[in-house]
Amino acid sequence: MPRVMLREMKKNQRGTITAVKQGGEMGRRIRDMGLVPGSEIKIQGRAPLYDPVALRVMGSVLTLRNNEADFIEVEVEEQ
Amino acid sequence: MSANIKIALAGNPNSGKTTLFNALTGARQHVGNYPGVTVEKKEGNYHLDNLTINIVDLPGTYSLTAYSEEEVVARDFLIFDKPQVIVNIIDAANLERNLYLTTQFFELGIPVVIALNMIDVARDRGIEIKADRLADFLGVPVVPIVARSGFGTQKLMEETVRVASKVKEWHPKAISYGEDIDSTLLDLAEKIEADNFLTADYPSRWIAIKYLENDQQILDKGREEDSSLSTCLEDKVADLTRHLSDTMETYPEAMVADHRYGYIKGILKKGVIAHKYDRDRLYTSDRIDKVLTNRFLGPLFMGLVLLGLYKFTFSYSELPVSWLESFFALLAQVADGLLPDGPLKSLIVSGIIGGVGGVLGFVPLIMFMFFGIAILEDSGYLARVAFMMDRIFRIFGLNGSSVMAYIVSGGIAGGCAVPGVMATRTLRSPKERMATLLTAPFMNCGAKLPVLALLIGAFFSENQAGYMFFFTLLAWSVALLVAKFLRLTILRGDATPFVLELPPYRFPTLKGLMIHTWEKTWQYIKKAGTVILGISIIIWAMMTYPGLPESEKAQFEAQRHAVEASVAEFEPLPGDTVPGAVEELQKRLVAIDREEAERGLRHSVAGRVGTALESVSQLAGFDWRTNIALIGGIAAKEVVLSTLGTAYSLGEVDPGESGSLAKTLAADPGWNPVKALSVLLFISYYAPCFVTVVCISKEAGSWKWGAFSMVFNTIFAFALAILVFQIGSLIS
Repeated sequence: MPRVMLREMKKNQRGTITAVKQGGEMGRRIRDMGLVPGSEIKIQGRAPLYDPVALRVMGSVLTLRNNEADFIEVEVEEQ
Repeated sequence: MSANIKIALAGNPNSGKTTLFNALTGARQHVGNYPGVTVEKKEGNYHLDNLTINIVDLPGTYSLTAYSEEEVVARDFLIFDKPQVIVNIIDAANLERNLYLTTQFFELGIPVVIALNMIDVARDRGIEIKADRLADFLGVPVVPIVARSGFGTQKLMEETVRVASKVKEWHPKAISYGEDIDSTLLDLAEKIEADNFLTADYPSRWIAIKYLENDQQILDKGREEDSSLSTCLEDKVADLTRHLSDTMETYPEAMVADHRYGYIKGILKKGVIAHKYDRDRLYTSDRIDKVLTNRFLGPLFMGLVLLGLYKFTFSYSELPVSWLESFFALLAQVADGLLPDGPLKSLIVSGIIGGVGGVLGFVPLIMFMFFGIAILEDSGYLARVAFMMDRIFRIFGLNGSSVMAYIVSGGIAGGCAVPGVMATRTLRSPKERMATLLTAPFMNCGAKLPVLALLIGAFFSENQAGYMFFFTLLAWSVALLVAKFLRLTILRGDATPFVLELPPYRFPTLKGLMIHTWEKTWQYIKKAGTVILGISIIIWAMMTYPGLPESEKAQFEAQRHAVEASVAEFEPLPGDTVPGAVEELQKRLVAIDREEAERGLRHSVAGRVGTALESVSQLAGFDWRTNIALIGGIAAKEVVLSTLGTAYSLGEVDPGESGSLAKTLAADPGWNPVKALSVLLFISYYAPCFVTVVCISKEAGSWKWGAFSMVFNTIFAFALAILVFQIGSLIS
């Protein structure tokens, strides 16, 4: 299964997070919200200006800015 | 006999924590601040048999790191105030993520009782949770509740009391974070224990974990306590960091987080949770979002909602506001009739009743505004607004949550900066929040509007609506650009990560809305009321003292006598209509009074300051009359018109009927469109009114920020006014 950065994922696409390549505050906030390796995510949609992106993880819906999504590597399911 | 138990209520944002707190404590809550910070601290009591349970509502957090003020506050409260039990509220539909915070309570070792909230919603979503199994695996009681209906809350409190009486000591739980980390942790903890390093306050393994996590607060404390040991610990952490980075491309803190989730996943897998429906099932909330955050319909709907909020607030509050106004007018009238003429009467009527009335007059507006915002917030829509607007606001160093504060402050002309500044509380990023609350007063609030309308009507009457619209757009541009400027200078710093949760849509509860609204309104009355009373007395004194010298007063008195004497000569016969000549003379009397008021104003401290400032203010085209009005406007923007009226010998001008003032200004040789434009710009952007300054200071946590907004805004507005006046004068 191919690995892409979260930013490149399309609406309704699913995948499993494989890495969060960021430490410090941003990394911490991302992990606090349940975005850790092994978590399954699904892209819920994007804001009208294409950024931020809304995604479902662990039963809740989160939004991330694209530059934050750039640190998250996802193994996507083939469609 | 009644005993006391002290507990803390903690949990993620959107987990229903506030609802549970309201359900437990009712409306008898004490709202204050945690020492030294602006984070709100709410306390209340719950009575169980003969026990009084004191509940402290900790700020909603996802974690217990040292990154945000809320998290530090929550952590410090647990460690230094040592509540006997933490009631950890968890959204049952979102168990896995919510338990992440729980693991961090386990690391501290504080006794925990889990309130598994919204089990009804979870069940609707096909999620079945075996609470007893979860309790067994976690080793703490788990009580299913529905905070909205109160289901299970008594059992929750009984369980809490049981734990409080049974567990007296903290037992930190050693969660495994993988071999590399665990061995380093052991090593660090040993050194920490050997030296009793910070262990008076914190568990040793917990200190070690915080060193691994690079926790700024603990690192600072450690360096202060024993810098050589701290350096030794930091070196060991650095070694591990290098090792992890080389072998696994990861960080210690990431490993710790991953294993916390691993611990949770491990437990949930053991038959604790069952999903009845397929994972592709769309929840109601998702379906609503398909429309409400749709690329085209979303912004359209948002515009309607914001306009609706605005209409709701300002049209429904109009009536109660006018009641309050009439009430204070009546009060002033009564005082006017009862008290003898003199300074005391003037102080009470103009200073106290006028000042306090001005503040309390806002109260209905604040109530309606916060009621509306509470609906948007509690229903979950506010988070969608932030989501949709974020991209635009980010350009200016703000984030999507700033939009509400701007709108409320007058982004749609006619708001009020006071609730606007208070609305910035929904922003969780400190720098973005500061930039928003400092720039929100640039919007055209309802009190600035009559002044704008008057000047525009007098000098740019050919295209009034166009100019008003232009000033609204200009206000947005100025606010955003100044926000950008602040974020590049005194509020410099990277954008705070904007990881926002879009909670499922929920119907707000009336009780929640009421408590929310009342809390905010009461805070406003308390905070603004006390300070404003003092300030309005000062402003009154400045515009009253020193009074005219006796010789001048006598002159005006003599003039009046002369006129009155000539009126007496025209005594009409019964049945006669009042001859035109008498009317003429009565007008003369009024004119003399007004002239005296003008002279008096010029003679007062404010007048002298206004005159003294003329040499500087001439750069922007302001004469002493404008100066006094602008000084008065610092108390409240409404004062600008009435003071201009007095200064132009027109008597007090009612903002509703300012026609005569407009005519006077339009005909005055000292005024021209360029000056009008310069004054318009200055009024739009100079120092916020005092109520706003008080709110800024309270919200920012320091009077320095209030003072900053006065000085900075005034300098900025003045520079803008000079620029326009000088260039405008050159061209015309």
